[in-house]
Amino acid sequence: MSVLVGRDTKVLCQGMTGAQGTFHTQQALDYGTQVVAGVTPGRGGSTHLGLPVFDTVDQACREHEVDASVIYVPAAFAADAILESAYARIPLIVCITEGVPILDMVKVKAVLENSDSMLVGPNCPGVITPGECKIGIMPGDIHRPGQIGIVSRSGTLTYVAVDQTVQHGMGQSTCIGIGGDPIHGLDFIDCLALFERDEATQGIILVGEIGGHAEEQAAEYIQEKVSKPVVAYVAGVTAPPGKRMGHAGAIISGGKGGAEQKYRAFEKAGVTTSRNPAELGALMRALLGR
Amino acid sequence: MNIHEYQAKAIFSRFGVPVLDSHLVRPGDDVEQFCESLESHAWVVKAQVHAGGRGKAGGVARADSRQGLVSAVSGMLGARLVTRQTGEEGLPVQAVLLEAAVQIRRELYLALLVDREAGQVAIIASAAGGMDIEQVAQQAPDKIIAQHVHPAAGLQPSQVRTLAYALDLQKNQLRQLQAVLSALFELFVSCDCSLVEINPLIIDEDDRLVAMDAKINIDDNALYRQADIANLRDATQGNRDEERACELGLNYVQLDGRIGCIVNGAGLAMATMDLVKHQGGEPANFLDVGGAITQEKVAEAFKLVVHDSRVKAVLVNIFGGIVRCDLIARGILDALQSISLKVPVIVLLQGTRAAEGRKLLENRHAGLHQANTLTEAAQRAIRLART
Repeated sequence: MSVLVGRDTKVLCQGMTGAQGTFHTQQALDYGTQVVAGVTPGRGGSTHLGLPVFDTVDQACREHEVDASVIYVPAAFAADAILESAYARIPLIVCITEGVPILDMVKVKAVLENSDSMLVGPNCPGVITPGECKIGIMPGDIHRPGQIGIVSRSGTLTYVAVDQTVQHGMGQSTCIGIGGDPIHGLDFIDCLALFERDEATQGIILVGEIGGHAEEQAAEYIQEKVSKPVVAYVAGVTAPPGKRMGHAGAIISGGKGGAEQKYRAFEKAGVTTSRNPAELGALMRALLGR
Repeated sequence: MNIHEYQAKAIFSRFGVPVLDSHLVRPGDDVEQFCESLESHAWVVKAQVHAGGRGKAGGVARADSRQGLVSAVSGMLGARLVTRQTGEEGLPVQAVLLEAAVQIRRELYLALLVDREAGQVAIIASAAGGMDIEQVAQQAPDKIIAQHVHPAAGLQPSQVRTLAYALDLQKNQLRQLQAVLSALFELFVSCDCSLVEINPLIIDEDDRLVAMDAKINIDDNALYRQADIANLRDATQGNRDEERACELGLNYVQLDGRIGCIVNGAGLAMATMDLVKHQGGEPANFLDVGGAITQEKVAEAFKLVVHDSRVKAVLVNIFGGIVRCDLIARGILDALQSISLKVPVIVLLQGTRAAEGRKLLENRHAGLHQANTLTEAAQRAIRLART
């Protein structure tokens, strides 16, 4: 088993006919992901990459069973696209788009709280269950099916974590990029809960960064509720306060959200931490006891 | 994005948030003649820079005579102001705001911001206005009151009452606070703000609530739909290299160290800086070339980092996913053709097309070194920066 997505997950792609949508849908198809249709307003009735294109998510869901939607539309239309999928009651919505205005996300969050949908992202690489289903922009070929769950706020660092597990003879159950924006869907705690319940997952790698309190909350949650071994890494020890480090959410403001206090929270909670992302694999290997 | 106080106050006026009578003076204005034309001579002179801490740094002065006014304005205009937030170089003062001096009865603190944990706009208020709010938050957190505004319900009168009673306002002041907060909330949402701060919001001798200061930050992600505000950008208030990087579409932040870093991905860029520090070096910058990188942009990023005279070694760390390592290698080679490289460059290429990229860089330049692991790359960069 795995979490969120698997070999039976049927995926709809919003913005499939655009450059990003086209490239990554082709990659997903090559990986074996069951992409069933695309949505581009005004292009309904046509075919793209051999898949049917619909004008609306609602139409697509009438014709096809859809378990998850992935969004590659430009930032200005991303909130609308997320809500369109939520109104169509698609269980999982993965928004890759970077640069969504924060007040758009305030509205999205309020709607999602009373909906049946789960959101991953925005501004994230997506979700992958290796060998089964790839939803997002991560390079499929670096992954191996296996026993480590990975959850991360950063795209490239997720790939480093994946590579680390592979280098040390492990694979991944599922990798979830929760995104680098201050307001997003699934958070660390949601993903930790999923991995804790998942039989295939034997260990968890958590990759955090500066900004907000999500890592501190995750640390408390791990201490109380997670029995599986966790290795945590936090990026941004050297980041100066008040400067946005690439991600909209990666900023130390009002003296809060620094990497050191996040490390302290993890260490206090008994979580194994690393100051070097190139040690994540060895640490996890050691925790699994072999 | 940051804007100046006088720009923020113009927006306040447009939305009906009360501000003081004011005049803006710019270089080239005839200061003496202008001061002659003013009826009163009791003014507060405020340097317009994108930084806090102006009061203690001499960026705010009170003038009670025409002569005092002329000298305060002339002293500030065209000079550089150094405050605790600007760094040693300070910021150029290219405009000065004159505001009518008033009698202050009380000073309050008021701010609206997006609370990331709650996912909602929060109103933060305190009776301890005029002070550094972060200090208040640390020393007396109970003096700070917050109300969250649900996007469906909007700002409710009960929330204003809660704030007003906690601030110990009188009845007619409560009515004014209702108007001020309604206006601020509308402003916040319609201008895509990430922060609106008034410190202090004063109650003057005639019992009026007036915004004595004004700070507005706009969400960069929303600038595409805030064209009027985007035009207010003042490039002179930022770091020159950071402004240049911004034009190139690169995420770049200058730091104090000697190891220049070029990385793909914001998280990995931070991780690279951290590892440099962990190994005993100091990073000179944060630079994320992003996912949609081209060969030309790689070359520009490389030149930007090498051009910084404090940089004694460059560390290129690429984990190819969507970004291909051969493209990065070609970009570096392009840059090397148009500059004479004076510092060593250590390159670590991993992931998509790493082998091709490494081959392209082999034996191409004496200053170009390749590493196999991040730790090794960081150690070599630090060692070579010392020699």
